[in-house]
Amino acid sequence: MIQSTKRNISQNIGFAVLFLCILTTLFFLGTIIYFIFTRGLQVISWEFLTQPPRNAMTEGGVAPVIIGTLYLTLGSMIFAVPLGLACAIYICEYSPKSIALNIIRISINNLAGVPSVVFGLFGLAVFVNFLGFGVSILSGSLTLGILALPLIISASQEALVAVPHSIREASLSLGASKWETIKRIVLPTALPGILTGVILSIGRVAGETAPILFTAAAFYKRGYPKSIFTEVMALPYHIYALMTEGTHPDRQRAIAYGCSLILLFMVLLISGVAIYIRQRQRSYHG
Amino acid sequence: MDSDIKMRAERVNFFYGSSQALKNVNLNVFKNKVTALIGPSGCGKSTFIRLFNRMNELVVNTRLTGKIYIDSQDINLPCIDAVDIRRRVGMVFQKPNPFPKSIFDNIAYGLRVNGIKDKDFIEEKVIQTLKKAALWDEVKCRLNESALGLSGGQQQRLCIARCLAVETEVILFDEPCASLDPISTAKIEELILELKKDYTIVIVTHNMQQAARVSDYTGFFLLGELIEFGKTKEIFTAPKDKKTEDYITGRFG
Repeated sequence: MIQSTKRNISQNIGFAVLFLCILTTLFFLGTIIYFIFTRGLQVISWEFLTQPPRNAMTEGGVAPVIIGTLYLTLGSMIFAVPLGLACAIYICEYSPKSIALNIIRISINNLAGVPSVVFGLFGLAVFVNFLGFGVSILSGSLTLGILALPLIISASQEALVAVPHSIREASLSLGASKWETIKRIVLPTALPGILTGVILSIGRVAGETAPILFTAAAFYKRGYPKSIFTEVMALPYHIYALMTEGTHPDRQRAIAYGCSLILLFMVLLISGVAIYIRQRQRSYHG
Repeated sequence: MDSDIKMRAERVNFFYGSSQALKNVNLNVFKNKVTALIGPSGCGKSTFIRLFNRMNELVVNTRLTGKIYIDSQDINLPCIDAVDIRRRVGMVFQKPNPFPKSIFDNIAYGLRVNGIKDKDFIEEKVIQTLKKAALWDEVKCRLNESALGLSGGQQQRLCIARCLAVETEVILFDEPCASLDPISTAKIEELILELKKDYTIVIVTHNMQQAARVSDYTGFFLLGELIEFGKTKEIFTAPKDKKTEDYITGRFG
């Protein structure tokens, strides 16, 4: 009897501690959201979303900044998703198991751990200077793409490995070639997992400041970007710029919070779309 | 070669790395007959049937010696594509393995990878094979639903239908009822007997009653060797080898 009450007590304490941990985490999450909402919401208006900045970025909106972030994110994905997926397919499905393959795997994982500012410097050296793309959407997209590449590769690899061997066999036994099997069976089955990787990397890419610092971002640029070879304003860098430079810190700070809110929403929206696609796929794939 | 012989294994040895899974197996599979392979787990019978559609070459570090013939043609010649062999020799696996696609697409898949694009033809073929696999009445209203929503027995019949759609000449069954209940098993057995008219069938089974019920010929495998092969009736009533007798009377295995 005593033994069991004792065990119950220690169990209850255990649960209480775990619950407390959850509460703490939620508390911080809640505070961040509350903070950004209360400060950001007051500047959000139709004008803020659709107008370019005015009066040394103390008035007006941030439309070109939003567009810039969209371009950069989209550009990085156009570059990173096909390349990352192709790498993952080759590593999982085609390459013979060898020491070289293991080295490649380890290198890709290490790439994921490289600080983002290092990617920024790399982008500056290679895309901006060596290839001569200049400080531009193209350079920024490629740099962000390289940042996203390891995320996409490892998520895709995991998704591909998780496709059961039995349905690959089934496909081959019906007279499908290896490539047909990959294209028609393996990839569609792995799609939810691959999309998860893409979602995560979109979230990461949209919010990164350091890689675009030297490769794409402009402190202020009049009008909307006209080609992929022009520099561009982007939300994360815009926030940084508003908080550290300029002449009207108070008015700029409000705009910075507005930008944070927009960035938060953009990432949520993109993720939401991807999650929706994933769920639809999943419900079909059981 | 006898024209009644559809497939033939000649002095077949098979190795996984250094361990030998099949030892000098010689066996004929007769046209439009059901050949059952029985034997305890790990005796090499599944490995053996997977030689006929060259599925073993997907496993790394394996080695085959000896010859496999289909219609007197050596299927392991370098000039022969495994994909072409698999179009002629279909396979139903131990666990039902439908694709995570709709019921319709599961059947249409084999046709599509074989280059058929005609939508009407595909649709007609899907209906026809589902009827042949005795599944049509159960799924006709839900062709566009996921195949994973079907019961185990239905999934297995779908896998058979998938195979039929490709119009193979041979169907290999690798313990097709291992994960099914008795009623589903009975349906599959009925189907096998029905399919015998148009196909040559090889079935691996652990269930000796099943071998006795559905097959015309039976081969008994033990530790990689084909101990005895003959007409099912003879194997089950008057086995020549003591080991066969011990196995089918349940003394071991």
